[in-house]
Amino acid sequence: MPEISMKSSPQQHDRQQEKVVMESTDIARAMTRIAHEILERNKGVKDLALIGIRTGGVHLAHRLVRRIHDIEGVTVPIGELDITLYRDDLALRKEQPVLRKTSVPFDISGKIIVLVDDVLFTGRTIRAAMDGLIDLGRPAEIQLAVLVDRGHRQLPIKATYVGKNIPTSREEQVHVLLEESGEDDRVVILKS
Amino acid sequence: MSLKRKDLLSLAPLSAEEITLILETADSFKEVTGREIKKVPALRGRTVVNLFFEPSTRTRTSFELAAKRLSADVINFSPSASSVVKGETLLDTARNIEAMQADIIVLRHSSAGAAETLARGVKSSVINAGDGWHEHPTQALLDLYTIRERRLSFEGLRVAIVGDVSHSRVARSNIHALTKLGAEVRVVGPPTMIPMGVDKLGAKVFYNLDEALRGVQVIMMLRLQLERQGRALFPTIREYARLYGLTSDRVKLAEPGAIVMHPGPINRGVEIAPEVADSLSSVILDQVANGVAVRMGILYLMSGAN
Repeated sequence: MPEISMKSSPQQHDRQQEKVVMESTDIARAMTRIAHEILERNKGVKDLALIGIRTGGVHLAHRLVRRIHDIEGVTVPIGELDITLYRDDLALRKEQPVLRKTSVPFDISGKIIVLVDDVLFTGRTIRAAMDGLIDLGRPAEIQLAVLVDRGHRQLPIKATYVGKNIPTSREEQVHVLLEESGEDDRVVILKS
Repeated sequence: MSLKRKDLLSLAPLSAEEITLILETADSFKEVTGREIKKVPALRGRTVVNLFFEPSTRTRTSFELAAKRLSADVINFSPSASSVVKGETLLDTARNIEAMQADIIVLRHSSAGAAETLARGVKSSVINAGDGWHEHPTQALLDLYTIRERRLSFEGLRVAIVGDVSHSRVARSNIHALTKLGAEVRVVGPPTMIPMGVDKLGAKVFYNLDEALRGVQVIMMLRLQLERQGRALFPTIREYARLYGLTSDRVKLAEPGAIVMHPGPINRGVEIAPEVADSLSSVILDQVANGVAVRMGILYLMSGAN
């Protein structure tokens, strides 16, 4: 699952090698637009809940919850999902990846769940996330919001809300860097 | 950080970081065990064999439940129902199990070192579920998890381990792990039950329970192995209960809010008074509940492809 390893980027990047494709203002505008689209599509906040996929998706989900609050004056429930146990490559790995905790402090049954992730790539993470969600209950609907869709899907998965479509080659890496992880907000492409 | 080990045989060689990784991984599984659907697909297609040469209900059930909640296939292999009675050696039994593509073998055996012998002889991962008087690493890890869950930090924590320390694999694993994490470990019991050289493992030796309990935050009781009573380690059970039994008055000597632990099965009225076992400070049933989450974490970490 290349999508997962490419998103976790604890190391500081050499800014020479990166091509910035979204600045912090672009990210802010995209988040505001997605918040409006979520409200428009679902006609408000009734039964709405956001679940961020660890780790980048969680930060973005919190930002969306704040924006929805700014627009509607309501704080929608938010959860955090770790998809590691649902990955399709666990049996192939020599060492198992470090687990983080899933925390969904509300019943998802009957809710409209917006899954939030930073980069949509192969679609395998989202497949795992949907399996993980359904083990927690039976949502009325699952929608998907991503900041970046970089193409190269390996599964028939499509985002409901997209911040920006960024054409990439398979070899390139897309990193969403966020203030919450101690970076300046930006989306970059790294050539490898 | 990941666990780069084929087997889990003993806590003695584990670093504090590895122990912490196991406890943090268990934390994720604690959330899973609290769900309505207590099952994740992480070990789909893997086979876990419980090879138990000693009777055990708690540990075997706990491992079985842990493996099933990870979606592994589980086989329980007990000697009375097997070819062991026909004279097969441990290694031959294990090689047969391995030939059936077992990924992880969980071994309980009455001889110290049995798990290590097995681990050297087979490619499958081996988890020691208690070998003689040597170690019982998963029990100590669930004890540590339970302490940690009570938001007690290990650094400077004072723990009294009370009872038959000599014959306790639980005590040995706990001494190794607790001292590594920075806790102060006191062992208490009659001199016949305190092993020579236990101070070299970093434990302080006490023979008087009241003295040992003063100021501790954790009281870890060991089961008095009544089946060993014939070996004359103490004169009578009544005398033992009077000198080393944990009563509610004795709990008061410990720090307020101290927790009482026991690996089970408990002998009510012998090493622990019924009112203490059932009191709010007792975390005995938390230990059992946490055992499943901790073993899920260990099975998950050991399940990397060979």
